[in-house]
Amino acid sequence: MKASAMFAYFLDLALRSLKRSKALTALMVIAIAMGIAASMTTLTIYATLAGDPLPAGRSAKLFHVQLDPMELKDYTAGDEPDEQLTRFDAEALVREARGERQALMTGGRVALTPEAPGTNPFFADARYASADFFAMFDVPMLYGRAWSAADDAGHERVVVISKALNQRLFAGADSTGRSLRVNEAAYRVIGVVDDWRPTPYFFDLNVGSYRAPEDVMVPFATAMEQRLARSGSLTCWGNKSGPDKLSLTASCTWIQYWVELGTAEKVREYRAYLERYSDQQRSAGRFERPANVRLRPVMEWLAFRNVVPSDAKLQVWLAFGFLLVCLVNTVGLLLAKCLRRAPEIGVRRALGASKRAIFAQFLVEAGLIGVLGGVLGLVLAAVGLLIVRGNALTVSQLVPVDWPLLLGCFVLEIVATLIAGLLPAWRACQITPALQLKSQ
Amino acid sequence: MNFGATTTMHIRPILSTLLRHKVAAALIVLEIAITFAIVCNAIFLIAGRMARANESSGMAEPELLRIQLAGFGARAGAGAVAQTTLDLSVLRALPGVKHATVANQVPFGNSSTNSSIALPADVDHEIVSVSTYFGGEDFIATTAVKLIAGRDFTAGEYLDAKDAIEREPHAFIPAVILNRATAEKVFPGGQAVGKTIHIYGTLTTVVGVIDELIRPNRSGRPQSMVLPLRATYMTGNYLLRVDPAQRDAVLKVAVAALDQAGPGRVVQAQQRYDTLRNNYFQQDYTMAMLLAAVCAALLVVTALGIVGLASFWVQQRTRMIGTRRALGATRGQIMRYFQTENLLLTGIGIVLGMAGAYAINQLLMTHYELARLPAWYLPIGALLLVALGQLAVFGPARRAAALPPVVVMRGA
Repeated sequence: MKASAMFAYFLDLALRSLKRSKALTALMVIAIAMGIAASMTTLTIYATLAGDPLPAGRSAKLFHVQLDPMELKDYTAGDEPDEQLTRFDAEALVREARGERQALMTGGRVALTPEAPGTNPFFADARYASADFFAMFDVPMLYGRAWSAADDAGHERVVVISKALNQRLFAGADSTGRSLRVNEAAYRVIGVVDDWRPTPYFFDLNVGSYRAPEDVMVPFATAMEQRLARSGSLTCWGNKSGPDKLSLTASCTWIQYWVELGTAEKVREYRAYLERYSDQQRSAGRFERPANVRLRPVMEWLAFRNVVPSDAKLQVWLAFGFLLVCLVNTVGLLLAKCLRRAPEIGVRRALGASKRAIFAQFLVEAGLIGVLGGVLGLVLAAVGLLIVRGNALTVSQLVPVDWPLLLGCFVLEIVATLIAGLLPAWRACQITPALQLKSQ
Repeated sequence: MNFGATTTMHIRPILSTLLRHKVAAALIVLEIAITFAIVCNAIFLIAGRMARANESSGMAEPELLRIQLAGFGARAGAGAVAQTTLDLSVLRALPGVKHATVANQVPFGNSSTNSSIALPADVDHEIVSVSTYFGGEDFIATTAVKLIAGRDFTAGEYLDAKDAIEREPHAFIPAVILNRATAEKVFPGGQAVGKTIHIYGTLTTVVGVIDELIRPNRSGRPQSMVLPLRATYMTGNYLLRVDPAQRDAVLKVAVAALDQAGPGRVVQAQQRYDTLRNNYFQQDYTMAMLLAAVCAALLVVTALGIVGLASFWVQQRTRMIGTRRALGATRGQIMRYFQTENLLLTGIGIVLGMAGAYAINQLLMTHYELARLPAWYLPIGALLLVALGQLAVFGPARRAAALPPVVVMRGA
């Protein structure tokens, strides 16, 4: 017989065998399906939470910058410097512009008053940043443009809004040129951001590791001039901070700083530059500690900050433990089944079926259970992901149906079932024709 | 073969039969072991999550409502203090409201103001960093936190937070109330009331100690303190103590009254305290549910595995059973044979599973900062699996016992 004909024959035998013990087949298929669905669902969640927030290749070029402006008191060499920069240092680094691009930023909160009379003002989260922010983080624009360095320097009262806010305020129309009251002053809308959801929210983990981007974006210099409220983490030290913690001279860190560096050479140069800058600040009396800088690319930064919730990792382990039990269960049941069918196998062997043929037959049966379990598992996983997405937690809504990942799981699962089928198949092909006929 | 009346005589034939089915027996043992190890740890995780979600905040949560407002313009700036005074008088006058106060932070709200405590002898040496509640008038009465020593603040001790600490240098704060954890940390084994501590750059007298008041974001350390400072509606939360039966109605009325007292403001949050708590612990609930679901699925799969295997063995041993029945074994003895066989398999599985449970717990302790699995989980888990095994084998065993000797002999 040709291989394909043999395969069809074994498939037919397997189908008959599975049909003969429907309850048992259903048990094996459902157990495997549940195990694989649990694994697929938890892995998809994990992949989302631990993913790269930027398009491939971009995240390796973006670096999170840390300096150490704190007091010498309580310092030991090698201490991790604060995660954020002071306003003084952040503005100095942007001004000196030694990276290919650089941006300083902070979260904030503003009151918006729509133009339409009779509409109530409301609060929205905001982000204040310097001009390179948009190009560095590949922010897609639906309408208009981002602000320029000149807009920022000129304290222009311009605003870029999210697609959702544009929908709410301007019914989704091109709103560039329209006016929007931010706190007490009128701002001009210059751009609308298209769908954009970097996950994790890598550039400012203090405002929520998996949050949606803020609805309102204002040039940093404008926000400072207008005294818009900031949010996120703020750390002050010493007695020099004074009442205004956001002033240029305050000893407070509250600004996130990112720089784009295209090559390893540039990374080295930039690190040396940061160390020189630290030394200069120490000579000037602003810094007290020896140069203590960090320059971490996006993924390293996320790993360092340990953003992925430990629950997500635990869930993956749990799901795989469950899958393991389901597979052991299948091996045990297939084995028992094969031993019960010893007389039938003995007859087939006596009628001339080779050991290889018996082995192949049982492997095909295991594979068939794997395919059925996998297909059902895919359906269950899709349902599982829908349930996860329906969950009220913000993180859950991000979880996409990741088809390549699901397909990978599917293939792996069939391989696992085949491996699980090896032992029963081997035991089956060991059955000798003579012995079985005699025992009948 | 002889079926003796005592269990000791049962085990030998069972063992020899099992040894002939080594691999299948080993697989079911392995399945039981893994299930046992996972289920023990999962139940421990669930218990931990539920304990956390049921942790007391120290307040009379069933009677509390929380409202958070924000405004802008004149009302948000200099006018915020006057607006807050007006709001509180309006709230206190509402029917159904027993007490009302304003606080800078609340348990299960996420933000926490932390400040360090030192002793006058060495003001530069931080003893502990504690979560700091700015509680306006009636804070103790509204939250119903239990005063275990000293007294509540007196009317003359309250200051507007704006005047006291939102400027440099800070104003003198005349009094502080510590929670028990803080008192024990700063004055181990001693009396805290009447002592002086160094906070916010000034020396302050401890006037009272409250039993429990947790850190808003519960980040491990239990220490907190209350200062007699009035936050404004812009920087704080209104807390209302009401009759539990009227919570929803009062909340609605209160929000409307606040809007009337100061129109144009935005309600940032308005909820019963049980809602706030449930939202805060939602992830723990979800995780606990998920763990419980996986446990249930594991137990069901294992039970069905036992049913499947036992059914096969019954079918396979039809001749043996028939012979024994013909030789005088009772139905009860046949049943006990399969039940004992199952007990043996489950027993070995559980012993292996205990080692597995310990190993998994060890991993969880290293990587997820989990506590050690209490030893009493093991016998409880063992009982659970033994019961499950017996339940699963009952059907196949009864079928085996029901086989009539005649049919069996004829079949052979």
